[in-house]
Amino acid sequence: MKAFLKYREIWLLAAIVVLIGLISTRFPAFADPGNLRQVFNDTSILMILALGQMVVILTRSIDLSMASNLCFTGMVVAMLNAAHPAIPIPLLIVIALVVGLVLGAINGLLVWRLNIPSIVVTLGTLTIYRGATFVLSGGAWVNADKMSPDFIGFQRAAFLGIPVLSWIAILVIALFFVLMTRTALGRSIYAIGVNPTASVYAGIDVGRTKFIVFCISGMIGGLSGYLWISRYVIASVEVANGYELNIIAACVIGGISIAGGIGSVGGTVLGALFLGIISNALPVINISPFWQMAISGSAIILAVVLNARSERQQGRIILKKVEAA
Amino acid sequence: MTDVPAPRHIPDRLDKPLSSAIFSWEALLVVVAAAIFAINSFASPYFLDPYSLSDLTFNFTEKGLIAFAMALLIISGEIDLSVAAIIALASTMMGMAVQAGAGTPVLVLIGIVVGLGCGTFNGLLVTRLGLPSIVVTIGTMSLFRGIAFIILGDQAYKGYPESFAFFGQGYVWWVVSFELVLFLIAAVVYWFVLHRTSFGRRVFAIGNNPVAAQFSGVRVGRTKFILFCLTGLMSGIAAVLITSRLGSTRPSIAQGYELEVITMVVLGGVSILGGAGSILGVVLAAFIMGLVTFGLGLLNVPGIVMSIFIGLLLIIVIALPIVWRRLRGGR
Repeated sequence: MKAFLKYREIWLLAAIVVLIGLISTRFPAFADPGNLRQVFNDTSILMILALGQMVVILTRSIDLSMASNLCFTGMVVAMLNAAHPAIPIPLLIVIALVVGLVLGAINGLLVWRLNIPSIVVTLGTLTIYRGATFVLSGGAWVNADKMSPDFIGFQRAAFLGIPVLSWIAILVIALFFVLMTRTALGRSIYAIGVNPTASVYAGIDVGRTKFIVFCISGMIGGLSGYLWISRYVIASVEVANGYELNIIAACVIGGISIAGGIGSVGGTVLGALFLGIISNALPVINISPFWQMAISGSAIILAVVLNARSERQQGRIILKKVEAA
Repeated sequence: MTDVPAPRHIPDRLDKPLSSAIFSWEALLVVVAAAIFAINSFASPYFLDPYSLSDLTFNFTEKGLIAFAMALLIISGEIDLSVAAIIALASTMMGMAVQAGAGTPVLVLIGIVVGLGCGTFNGLLVTRLGLPSIVVTIGTMSLFRGIAFIILGDQAYKGYPESFAFFGQGYVWWVVSFELVLFLIAAVVYWFVLHRTSFGRRVFAIGNNPVAAQFSGVRVGRTKFILFCLTGLMSGIAAVLITSRLGSTRPSIAQGYELEVITMVVLGGVSILGGAGSILGVVLAAFIMGLVTFGLGLLNVPGIVMSIFIGLLLIIVIALPIVWRRLRGGR
């Protein structure tokens, strides 16, 4: 099983290397380490968001409200910063995490306590959170000139030659890796996705675990809210509109099964990188950015076709093992 | 003939007591609709006017048409997130045809055929390759709208013929628009198909238990394939109506409609897990969403704030029966 997972990630990695190779035949400087660092930095927010979505999808749920959460939390921290520039950035990040956590907990409570399917809950909160952003801001924008230099500069500051944004992404990836492979919660998340009924008999509180994963995706949405706003230096109601589907796309390309239980941190990160490389490469090889949507759409379809194949094979292997026993 | 025992009468469905009709989902929706209607007519003096009410219907007819087919699809346990993207692609193709000098009948045909083609593509991917529809249609959603973006970029197609305007702007009689008539006809047709034909029963059977349906001789794959084609077809028809109403095509046309259509279907009492739902519920949900957006529009509430009400409505209407049952159950 573990060797098999590695197998798929290696394939994804190979696809990315081939992609970079193809791009550098047209534009040699693309494969430059400096440029690749830049691509990583550009993709950081998508990677972070995709990891938050990953834990939700692994439990057979989905969180469509992440981009709206990002939009709302981003507006909260931007307005706080505009009104009180003295608030230190680490405190703002904590505020972003808490606001995101509250929004995620609302989703989680509705799923846990009322047993409403997550797609319905988050479809509702998707519009509610974005609408709430409008109510909060009165439709106004927060522009770069209202944000403090620290607010904008924090994630751009270089530490050991790499921007803080990339470090945050690396830290989040490491945390998720530990969570998924080294903790009981991570095992429960996988178990629920593979077989919810068996999980109950194994003593896992399925509802509570789902609540926790929505809290996690909410916190990630909140954190990304600050990162997004300070990166693109504008907070408005339109921020990240429709981005929830890019997040899910990154997960699917990364090999997360929408049916739950299958997927890994490495795959998700690579899936996000794949999309990030495409969006970075199109302008440099002179393809109109209008092509991006169709290309990522094709990539998603291709990925899901390949995923389905490998999942089917895996099913056969398990059966053989059972028969042999 | 005489020695064969008389077959025991086995009813198709059990007789429902009146109380279940009163506490049914549709009854709840009627109450909600009536309440919103009453609030609206108190809140704005312009609401109770035949012309206002006629304008109101444009808020839901196009999405409602798709919602019928989507309802069947969701009842069968699948979903199609690409409907709005199909509208964008079909509308773009119609725009291209206009540039080539096509007349109204050709435009309508192109819109419908493109819609049907996109639906067929979704259906083939889901039923032939056995892929999860939610992911496939997220992919085709990007693909279809992406093609529209490749063709149009930041441009727009205009110059639709005058006779083409009838579909989205014309009236059949007094204040009754062509769109509303089409919506009502579709409602009757879909009601008949879902609730009065064996095809409809098969859709429910598949949604409740696809494996059991398969073993009972239902062609699960083929039925689902037809439903995807149907959803594409309805999206194509909606594309004709929207393009005709707006008189122009941008690649961002109908952005976000897919979530509104699904909200409509779920609000109408269709179980997102499949196996349950009714067309009457979807019709009522369409009216409710039209009433809410139009009523708030008369009060000058911006669209984004309206979406809060729609979102709240969705969650509250779903949560209410669950909470109610808990309270009665004493838990």
